[in-house]
Amino acid sequence: MNWFSRFIVSSIGQKFVMALTGLFLILFLAVHLAGNLQLLRSDGGEAFNTYAHFMTTSPLIKAISYTLYAAILLHTVQGLILWRYNRAARGPVRYAVSYSRPEERPARNMAWIGIIIFVFILIHLSQFWYQMHWGELEMKEYPSYPHKVKDLYSLVSFTYKNPAMVLFYVVCMGVVGVHLWHGFWSAFHTLGLGHRKYVPVIRFVGMAYAIVIPLLFAIIPIIIYFRSE
Amino acid sequence: MKLTLKIWRQGGKYKGEFVTYSLDDINEHMSFLEMLDVLNERLIRQKEEPIAFEHDCREGICGSCSMVINGRPHGPLKGTTTCQLHMRHFRDGDTIVIEPFRAKAFPVIRDLVVDRSAFDRIIQAGGYISVNTGQAPEANSIPIEKEVASRAFDAAACIGCGACVAACPNASAMLFTAAKVSHLALLPQGQVERKRRVLRMVAQMDKEGFGRCSNVRACEAECPKEISVSHIARMNREYLFAAVASETLA
Repeated sequence: MNWFSRFIVSSIGQKFVMALTGLFLILFLAVHLAGNLQLLRSDGGEAFNTYAHFMTTSPLIKAISYTLYAAILLHTVQGLILWRYNRAARGPVRYAVSYSRPEERPARNMAWIGIIIFVFILIHLSQFWYQMHWGELEMKEYPSYPHKVKDLYSLVSFTYKNPAMVLFYVVCMGVVGVHLWHGFWSAFHTLGLGHRKYVPVIRFVGMAYAIVIPLLFAIIPIIIYFRSE
Repeated sequence: MKLTLKIWRQGGKYKGEFVTYSLDDINEHMSFLEMLDVLNERLIRQKEEPIAFEHDCREGICGSCSMVINGRPHGPLKGTTTCQLHMRHFRDGDTIVIEPFRAKAFPVIRDLVVDRSAFDRIIQAGGYISVNTGQAPEANSIPIEKEVASRAFDAAACIGCGACVAACPNASAMLFTAAKVSHLALLPQGQVERKRRVLRMVAQMDKEGFGRCSNVRACEAECPKEISVSHIARMNREYLFAAVASETLA
């Protein structure tokens, strides 16, 4: 094996893959949220629809989105490989009495939480991303925009008039929050930035991020559900 | 004190099972190992096989104790080895479950005794420094900043007991390996093999079949020497520099 293969399959190399893809996904969440917040503007969906059009047609965004798909798959597959390996590392007999501190719970359950999030992503993509790319969406015209754009806004508004969909989305955002609660800090620690000068800042920003971002995501469908159109 | 003990027995006539023992003459000032000594003396008198457990110094520095008490390596008391744990920390009538450290890399030899030679092989892979033979060098010839010396000493406090592996949900040996890597990487004497050391020790740790760290920090909470996971971050840093940024191959 050459030096790179040795590094990337080593225990620390595998964690490094988890940390880098994880940080990329953390960054993506903020960008995604900025886009979603345009759903709240009362402009008949102009801001959101033209933004969605830009996001599906710009070549630069296309390149970034392929990186994103790769990151999601790599993070999931590497995570599952680690989870399987770690379960086997306990050995043939498990403890009769298990003990864990409450603060360790998110970290101990990252694999389960991650699988739930992956399933959520699949459902979420089939609901909106697939429809935007290959579904039958109505075209909408806005006076200030040069051509017609697909009306994703109406699909989103229609979807979240269903209380079951709102509940599912809100619960999933809670799960994302728990994943971030451990993942944010953990990624920096794995990259070697667990440094006494930076740890307090990373911890604080990580906890704030894990609360604020999922909360803002979750508020959007609730507002859509209650607003009259 | 009256106690009920559920102890893992493996080897001899036991295939690997919990056996229940009742004790009713335990003094609360006894250490946990003295309590087991009392039980073993009784078993010997009854011509039964005594319970095998490892012990040596019985003053918290040799790292021989290797049992998990009610789900916690070295028992419920923070920063304490099993030998320094006293029965006054339990209540009269308690049931105590005693298991060996559980890890694929620490196979059970008998009852509560596990084979921790994987740790020795990690040390052999790089936990040493190069010194010239001949007379011992003058201790103060290399000045070391007090703060750096203290940090290195915090890592050097590791007694290699393996409680970190036992406590980790992944049976990872990162805290042990990180303590050794950190200790030597911080000191001037450790600079000669600094890059090769971290590459080789991590490679050996992986080869032994320990799990991968997922930053749960149960190791730090259970370590009898309270070694910080900040040493793991330092080892990650050392490893990334050595594996990716330096010219060192292995």
